[in-house]
Amino acid sequence: MRLLNLLFPERRTTAVIARERLKIVLAHERASREAPDFLPVLQKELLDVIGRYVEIRSDMIRVNLGKSGDTSLLEINVEIDGAGVKPTKNGASGDGKAAARIDQGIAAPWVKPS
Amino acid sequence: MAGKVIVLTSGKGGVGKTTSAAAFAAGLALRGHRTVVIDFDVGLRNLDLIMGCERRVVFDFINVINGDAKLNQALIKDKRNDHLFIFPTSQTRDKDALKRDGVGRVLEELKDSFDYIVCDSPAGIEHGALTAMYFADSAIIVTNPEVSSVRDSDRIIGLLASKSRRAEFNLEPVAVHLLLARYSPERVRKGEMLTLEDVKEILSIPLLGVIPESESVLRASNTGTPIVFDEESSAGRAYHDAVARFLGEQREMRFLQPERRSFFRALFGRA
Repeated sequence: MRLLNLLFPERRTTAVIARERLKIVLAHERASREAPDFLPVLQKELLDVIGRYVEIRSDMIRVNLGKSGDTSLLEINVEIDGAGVKPTKNGASGDGKAAARIDQGIAAPWVKPS
Repeated sequence: MAGKVIVLTSGKGGVGKTTSAAAFAAGLALRGHRTVVIDFDVGLRNLDLIMGCERRVVFDFINVINGDAKLNQALIKDKRNDHLFIFPTSQTRDKDALKRDGVGRVLEELKDSFDYIVCDSPAGIEHGALTAMYFADSAIIVTNPEVSSVRDSDRIIGLLASKSRRAEFNLEPVAVHLLLARYSPERVRKGEMLTLEDVKEILSIPLLGVIPESESVLRASNTGTPIVFDEESSAGRAYHDAVARFLGEQREMRFLQPERRSFFRALFGRA
C-alpha cells in the first residue's frame, strides 16, 4: 500500500482541499460549541486567584475544554512572561518561580501554535 | 395511532429541502402510509408549487394555529395518492406567527390521523427552522457535497442535539439521518467534488441515501410533481430507496458511479 501511495500520490484536487479545510474549520467550531457554560466564570475566578500572586491581565489566561483521544481535558494556559510578581505576606510561593512553573506553557496537543 | 414527526432541514438554503420533503412524503404515501407534508417556511411558501397544489390553497398553517380554520379545512388531499396530504403555510410576513405552543398542538392533532408528519424546514437557524426541528422525532439532514452546505449541516446537527424537545426533556435523542443530494459521480471521479466518504466521515451520522444530480428534478418541479412519481428518473429511484431504508429495509446505495464507460476506458483509467 505504501509503495502504491508513493507511486501514485493522492492528487491535491480541489475536492481534497475542500475536505481538509472543512475538517479544520469544523474541529474549531465544534470545540467552541461544546464548551460548557462555566468556563468564563472559571476563567474569571482563576484570574482572581492568580492575580493575588502575580500581576496578570485578563487576556493572559485561557481556559479551554479539549479532547485528546477519548479523554476530555481541561486546558488552562496562563501566560506570565513579563508579569510582575506581587509581594506576598506569608510566602505562599512568593519567590515567583513556583508561579512561573504553572505556565512554561507546553501547549496541549490540540492547541494550534499561534 | 401516534404519528412520527420527521423534519427535513439543512441550515443552508437551496440544497433541496423542499424537493426532498415532497419526494419523501410522496414516497411514504406510495408505500401505503398516511402522510402529511407541512411547509414551515412562513412568508416564502413553496411546497404547494412543488406538490402542484398551489391553486387549491384556501386556509394555511397559521390560520389553523390561530383557530381561524379547522385542520380538515386546511389540509389539501393529493390528487395522485389517497394517503398523501399537503399542509401549506401562510404568505404572511410575520414569521413569529409560528408560535411553538400552537405548532405543538397542531402536530399532536395530526399525530392522531397520520403515520408520518413530514416537516419542510426553512433555511437558516432562525425561529421557523428552530420551531420545525423542535418537535422532531427524526431529522433528515439534506446536504450537498459542497463546503458551505456540509458546514451548515454540522451546525444543524449540533442544534438538534441541544435545542429539540427531545433534548430538553431528556428523551431518546432525535434520530438524525444524512441525505446527500445533488451528488455528481462524474465530478467526484474528477476530484472536483467531495466524495460520499468525505461527507460521511466529516458529519458522522448514518447515511439514508445519495440523490444523484439529475435534470429530471427541474422537470418535476416545473410541473409540480414530486420526483418519486417519475419512474425513469435516477433521482426518483434514489428517493424511493431512501424511503425504504428509513422504514428499515436494507438497500444497496445506487448511482454512486459515473454513467457506464467503455471497457477499454475503464481498463486504462482516466481518458
